[in-house]
Amino acid sequence: MEPIIAVLVGVLMTATVYLMLDRNFVRFIFGLALLSHAANLVILDSGGLTRARPPLIAPGESLPLPDISNAVPQALMLTAIVISFSLFTFALVLAFRTYQELETVDTDRMRAAEPSSAGAAADAGRRAAD
Amino acid sequence: MTNPPYVRLAVALPVVLFVWFCTMVPAVSGGEVLVWELAWLPQQGIDLDFVVDGLSLLFALLITGIGAFILLFAGEYMKGYPQRGRFTLFLVSFMLAMLGLVLADNLVALFVFWELTTITSFLLIGYSHEDATARRSALQGLLVTSAGALAMLAGFVVLGQAAGTFSLREMLAGQGSFAAHPHYTAIVVLVLLGAFTKSAQFPFHFWLPNAMAAPTPVSAYLHSATMVKAGVFLLARLTPLLGGTELWMVTLTVVGAVTAVYSAFVSLGKSDLKQVLAYTTVMALGVCVMFLGSPPAAGQGEPSRGVLAALAFLVAHALYKAALFLVAGTIEKATGTRDLTRLGGLRKAMPVTFAAAVAASVSMAGVPPSVGFVGKELLYTAGFAPDAAGYVPWAVFFAAAPIATVAMVLAIRPFFGPRPDYRKPGREGHWALWCGPVVLAAVGIWWGLAPEFPFMRLLVPAEAAVTGHLPDTGHAPWHSTGQAFALTLATLAAAVLAFWKLAAVKQALAGCRRLVPFSADGAYDAAMNGIAAVAAWQTRRLQSGIQRHYLMIVFATLGLSLAVTLWLKNVVPAPLRLAEATFLDWSLTAVVAAASVVIIRSRSRLLGIIALGVVGVATALIFLNFGAPDVAMTQLIVEVLITVIVAVVLLKLPDFSNEVWPSRPKRLRNAIVAVTVGVSVTLVLLAVTGSPPQPDLREYFERNAVPGGHGRNIVNVILVDFRALDTMGEITVLAIAGAAVFALLLPRTRRREGALLPGARAVAARAQAWHGSIMNTMILRETTRRLVPLILVFSVFLLLRGHEQLGGGFVGGLVASIAFSLYAFVFGPQAARGILRADPRAVGAAGLAVAIASGFVGSIREGVPFLTGQWGTLAGLTVGTPVMFDVGVYLVVVGVVLTFVLGIKEQE
Repeated sequence: MEPIIAVLVGVLMTATVYLMLDRNFVRFIFGLALLSHAANLVILDSGGLTRARPPLIAPGESLPLPDISNAVPQALMLTAIVISFSLFTFALVLAFRTYQELETVDTDRMRAAEPSSAGAAADAGRRAAD
Repeated sequence: MTNPPYVRLAVALPVVLFVWFCTMVPAVSGGEVLVWELAWLPQQGIDLDFVVDGLSLLFALLITGIGAFILLFAGEYMKGYPQRGRFTLFLVSFMLAMLGLVLADNLVALFVFWELTTITSFLLIGYSHEDATARRSALQGLLVTSAGALAMLAGFVVLGQAAGTFSLREMLAGQGSFAAHPHYTAIVVLVLLGAFTKSAQFPFHFWLPNAMAAPTPVSAYLHSATMVKAGVFLLARLTPLLGGTELWMVTLTVVGAVTAVYSAFVSLGKSDLKQVLAYTTVMALGVCVMFLGSPPAAGQGEPSRGVLAALAFLVAHALYKAALFLVAGTIEKATGTRDLTRLGGLRKAMPVTFAAAVAASVSMAGVPPSVGFVGKELLYTAGFAPDAAGYVPWAVFFAAAPIATVAMVLAIRPFFGPRPDYRKPGREGHWALWCGPVVLAAVGIWWGLAPEFPFMRLLVPAEAAVTGHLPDTGHAPWHSTGQAFALTLATLAAAVLAFWKLAAVKQALAGCRRLVPFSADGAYDAAMNGIAAVAAWQTRRLQSGIQRHYLMIVFATLGLSLAVTLWLKNVVPAPLRLAEATFLDWSLTAVVAAASVVIIRSRSRLLGIIALGVVGVATALIFLNFGAPDVAMTQLIVEVLITVIVAVVLLKLPDFSNEVWPSRPKRLRNAIVAVTVGVSVTLVLLAVTGSPPQPDLREYFERNAVPGGHGRNIVNVILVDFRALDTMGEITVLAIAGAAVFALLLPRTRRREGALLPGARAVAARAQAWHGSIMNTMILRETTRRLVPLILVFSVFLLLRGHEQLGGGFVGGLVASIAFSLYAFVFGPQAARGILRADPRAVGAAGLAVAIASGFVGSIREGVPFLTGQWGTLAGLTVGTPVMFDVGVYLVVVGVVLTFVLGIKEQE
């Protein structure tokens, strides 16, 4: 079963990279969301897949039954999901605010911090004109 | 104008230290070694032990004794300069760092003090930081000496590895010489780079004359009397470990000789007092290095003539050079110039300074009776030793003769001849200015008349510390031979001749200089410009300022490095085991893959969002399928929240209708990079999953969950107990994300509220209309009113059962956030804040506080490490700090998610 998930992770990573290379910031964020799914599946897959019971210990017992799933990757994924959710939200709000300020979601046109040399010259000209 | 009290206090410190070190002289000269031990990083074998033996005591006395006069002088000289406090602090810090350098027993500690002197030197050279020359000189000194020091550190590490210790005492007591070690050459080359840059040996000498941009007390103290001698000190210190070989002796002798002769001639041609003194300092350092390369002593009980000569010359130089620098400073203060060609006639106006200058120059020229004379006699005697290289006496001659001429110039030019018209009064200054030169020069004469005290008490013990055995003190080691005395007379005769024909000599020197088309200083500039040009070039190439270019570089590097590693390591993926896969597995995988393709290909925003949701839900089902219901539950609820947030935000962004889609070649290029990354990740994962995971960690958690963690949900026990510190870090990140989103959503300061650009305003209006039309329905309102309390109760239930059954703080907090979000969507964010009864940020902060507090319960009650679980019974219920921690997690999640949702919702 692990190889199928491995291939699926590859598909998700391909989609992630392709989307994140887009100049539209919204599509970049779509890529970010797919990246977190790919990462979680990587963790799940490398912990070993078993079609098993949840990692719980029955009342009265002190040891779990032998056929439970691996709890370690699950703990990692649980935190990863919440972290990537907050990253996703942050990116989305950033896009929203950027659009309000610059009226664009085209990252090629977001040049406030690192203006292109042509853009910088134009800016300097505008400032001189003011 | 009186000095602030800290200036006087700064003089007291070296005086007290000097007296303290003086009290150690009897014991140390008797062969005792005093040690102060201070553990620093014992587990790394790095301790802050301080050792006073003959060598370090000699240096400590120079540092504190000369330091006292320098600080006294500086108190008067620096009047009127800005930022006196800073200057005094730097100078005192330097003194302490220098003391640490000579006293440290551990090589790593020695390196740290070494670099502290480099940094204080940098700050002091650049003290007049409004002056571009001073800034350049400061940076040059820093770069040259710290580059050398890095090499030296590498040498220390290799030496420490070879010796099995970083302690000099242990090394010296251990095997002795490392000459036979396979890494000997590397150690010597690296350590010599450090010593030669610090002590300004050719071709690294150029930074020292430039360092004269510092105020005169700094030049006198750091760049003449003490800091630049650190390299000489290190060479002496390491002589028993590294010395005695052909490599060591030839390198030191040749480099020292070239440095000494070259700089002696250069100093003749200079006319700025401080430049003259700087080059004569380089000459003295060269002489010391040259004689530390002398062959070891002939027999037991015999002192090493070369080492003794080097140390005697070093002390003589420290005394006369500090005095002459202070004289130069006094003259500059009195007349406003330090150009030798513009000085003259000060003999009557400045009689005390004149006397000090003459006494110091006598020592510098090596005229009896002075310690300089004794030192130079020793140099000649050691140079004529049977096993010394034949050119050594000649090198001393060609270095000493120009220096004697310079000494005559320094004693005569400023004081005799016609007195030019100075802009300043040109009179004797405050006593603090001439006190230092007078005392230091007088000591130089006194020790020349009575050499027994300095030799038997200071120099011979120092030489013994270098060579490792106290010589037999039957005969006076300062006595020289007739051969040496004859050469001293010849030196003086040559010097007088050169002084007489000074103009012709200078002209000849200038002619020689013109024959050499390059300089070390120029090479430094070329190297600096080269580095800047490379930096500018690679910045232009890599940093276009366009996001997708950066990402392209990152992803292409990732894909290539993964692919190349897989290829080089010849990783063969394990055989595919597809037989176990069921229909459900195949279909869930297919759904995720298909939805991903839809996201890529979709030119509709809405379709993209829906496909994203499909990926999320199908992934959650995959988790469920493989025994991870906790993860699946969390994932599903996060999907709901993402949908909520995306629905609000994305509608305020423009759709893809006006999008510029990349051209076909660009799409192809992006696709190639994407496929490379994807295939590489798949191959890595196949290789990883080819072998079963290590079961140790998993089994530890399974065995200890009930007895150690008092919980039956192993995932939750890991999160809140075993790995609680990780979770702590994670909820902190969450809280920071909440704060960042809050800051982003603050009312804008740059543009007035409501002053949206026209396009953004139209999009916002459309979104508002859409929300208003669907949210205001009766059924939704009534259902919500009844549903929200139920969801909240359920979230608390999930939280509390989390330790035993499925659930926990994360999923509980997310469910509670869903309840409040639903309320906010139906009744508006203000109403949601009303039922929450607190600012979401306060809830998040409270959660973080609860989680941290739960970690301290055990620390306070039983002194166990932070976040160790504590369990007890309260009213018949088993309670523990991990549950309290989980409550903190719950509150952080609620606070942060509601900060997101309400903040975004309030943007409407």
